[in-house]
Amino acid sequence: MEERLQEILAPYKGKSDALIPVLQEVQAELGYLPEEAMMAIAKTTGVPESHVYGVATFYAQFYFTRRGKNQTKVCTGTACHVKGAARVIEAFERELGIDCGCTSEDFEHTLETVACVGSCALAPVVVVNEEVHGQFQSSSIGKVIEDLKE
Amino acid sequence: MLQRINSPSEMVEMRDFCKAAFARQKVRFLVCAGTGCIAGGSMEVYEELKRHIAERGEDVDVELLFEGKDSEAGASISGCHGFCQMGPLVRVEPKSTFYTKVKVKDVPDIITTTLDEDSVVERLLFKNPDGSHAVAEHDVPFYNRQTRIVLAGCGTIDPEDIRNYFAVDGYTALAQIFADHSPEEVIDIVTQSGLRGRGGGGFPAGRKWKAGYDAKATPKYVVCNGDEGDPGAFMDRSVLEGNPQAVLEGMTIAAYSIGARYGVIYVRAEYPLAVVRLQKAIAQAKEFGVLGENIMGTGFDFDIDIFQGAGAFVCGESTALTLSIEGKRGMPRVAPRPRTTEVGLYDKPTLLNNVKTFAYVPDIIRKSADWFKAIGTESSSGTAVFALTGHIKNSGLIEVPMGIKLREIIFDIGGGIPKGGKFKAVQTGGPSGGCLPESLLDTPIDYDSLDEAGSIMGSGGMVIMNERTCMVDVARYFLQFTEEESCGQCVPCRLGTKQLLEILNDICRGRGKKEDLDLLVELSHSVHGGSVCGLGQTAANPVLTTLRYFKAEYEAHIYDKCCPAGVCKELISFVIDEEKCKGCMLCAKNCPVDAISGEKKQVHTIDQSLCIQCGVCFDKCPNKFSAVECVSPKIPVTPKEKMEVS
Repeated sequence: MEERLQEILAPYKGKSDALIPVLQEVQAELGYLPEEAMMAIAKTTGVPESHVYGVATFYAQFYFTRRGKNQTKVCTGTACHVKGAARVIEAFERELGIDCGCTSEDFEHTLETVACVGSCALAPVVVVNEEVHGQFQSSSIGKVIEDLKE
Repeated sequence: MLQRINSPSEMVEMRDFCKAAFARQKVRFLVCAGTGCIAGGSMEVYEELKRHIAERGEDVDVELLFEGKDSEAGASISGCHGFCQMGPLVRVEPKSTFYTKVKVKDVPDIITTTLDEDSVVERLLFKNPDGSHAVAEHDVPFYNRQTRIVLAGCGTIDPEDIRNYFAVDGYTALAQIFADHSPEEVIDIVTQSGLRGRGGGGFPAGRKWKAGYDAKATPKYVVCNGDEGDPGAFMDRSVLEGNPQAVLEGMTIAAYSIGARYGVIYVRAEYPLAVVRLQKAIAQAKEFGVLGENIMGTGFDFDIDIFQGAGAFVCGESTALTLSIEGKRGMPRVAPRPRTTEVGLYDKPTLLNNVKTFAYVPDIIRKSADWFKAIGTESSSGTAVFALTGHIKNSGLIEVPMGIKLREIIFDIGGGIPKGGKFKAVQTGGPSGGCLPESLLDTPIDYDSLDEAGSIMGSGGMVIMNERTCMVDVARYFLQFTEEESCGQCVPCRLGTKQLLEILNDICRGRGKKEDLDLLVELSHSVHGGSVCGLGQTAANPVLTTLRYFKAEYEAHIYDKCCPAGVCKELISFVIDEEKCKGCMLCAKNCPVDAISGEKKQVHTIDQSLCIQCGVCFDKCPNKFSAVECVSPKIPVTPKEKMEVS
């Protein structure tokens, strides 16, 4: 990880205004932002550690703990909400045995909500590993999870 | 011919060249590659179309058209057509034959009917409510009442090939201003057109551009706000994905007007496809010399970068957005403060407009300010783009002239409420907007009328709600959103939204008190008055409008512990109607907590002490039986049942 991290950070030496793209790039590589990575980012960009932490925690996109191999995001936009997103979340919680916002102990699954993915005409929408599932029915959850095992 | 454009006059030659090239293709299958249709499998349909056309010995390579070869047929992707609900969509040019819900297996039929029989595949056409079929896109009721300007290119051109944009007059507006207009003249045209900012605020674009022009400091920036954060809205996404070049051209015209050297497009993190399309668009625009250094050989330089947001709703606010680009927390600057046009990105003059505002500009330049002004109303000219979603038959993206009535949008374009449902409310303006009831359906759509009704135009989200939507729950939903998204610097917003949410939570859980209603109003006004930015100032709008138009529903929750719409879990119970239950066992099999008992072909019953109100039984019970009912107030659980459980 150390090596890869240095590779990503190299072009950003001293570039404090590139903080958000740096955080995004590091997270894309590591899956989340571990403490060592945040400290390395602070060192490279010349931004104080407290500021890096302050910025990273301000934005919903950044994670600070290891996440599951498969990521399920239930859209909770207005259209999805009125079409029963809350029930979809509950159904996923039951099926995966984890609370929304959490990662399973075996790191297979992370379940969370997303404010709106902008596919409102297909509400309710669930995004599984970047794939958009529209007009989602809770009865298909079993199959969705089964497909992930392949 | 396909090379860098070295003077404005060459732009017209390029257009004619591209037009002629595409005209050599007799039939063109346009497959929607918007996010919605891709989710439905449109890319597989596209590949299959290409395969079939190639098998017929037709060359599918677009490049050959530019080498002067003719082609019988070709396939291409397009941006979002707007009618996402009916996707994947395929449109066949030149007749604009419009196919809905196209699957890979339908491709052979589409190919043979179009190319061999000169007919259509009836089963894939849109079926009108009277049972007849709409053949062309413009025959579909969803489309034929729309006026498409910003969306005109979405769905008709390939967003990943700039030559498509050239063929429909793309960049001729930029060439025109280079040749004929000074920056002041361009600003005059924008001012006269009456174009107002499409991000929601409705600030006159011409005035903002003038302020940008007047600002003295350099360098200046042009920033495009594509941080479309309103839940229930995807207009900007579709424009960025469907016609990215129009946004780039509009930004470049703005840059020329105010004298900016650099531009930034701020795109939401949740829109990966928009980022990819924009990256391609910028690279191609530079290759052809319509962006970058020495644009069209005029000596004018303008570069555009893409900045990906990191998921913060408040960054849609202009000062927060610029701070975010600088790598800081997106917290709106405290007033009084200079306007962004004076002190913006990196403390330099910055012209910030919404995606759609920029996308209108090329058309306004080409067709004149008067043309634009003639559309819409006196104070709100042009068109409005809405994402029409929720409980509506025809869901998707629409563009209508300002001044159209809500009723026309919902019932004529949208086709009304599906499955025999009843209209209850329409929500516009996202978390800053409000919910309007049936009595206000004749309100014309413009900035001022919606304001008066207590809602706002917003950036274009329009969510329709049927009678099974609880308005207290909707208010709670939005407060939950703003409470989470509040940046936290203004105490009335940070704590006020939290308290509003707590009260609404209480009401939804049957713990509401009589004095809560007054408290909600008082608190709403405090949050409004004590916040620096739009997020806080408008955060209470969903509460205030639902209280204004649906007060009885709040009262039912508080006094009768009843949720009339049957949504709030703590106030409802599910029961099985003995008369209707046929004992199919579907509900019992699917109940996650085994609360339903009963034998095959026997009436089933729900044990209320075990039931978690998940509603699975309600959904599973076949429509022909509809034996599961939702009742409110909640059926009390008797102590005896409780004892049996333990």
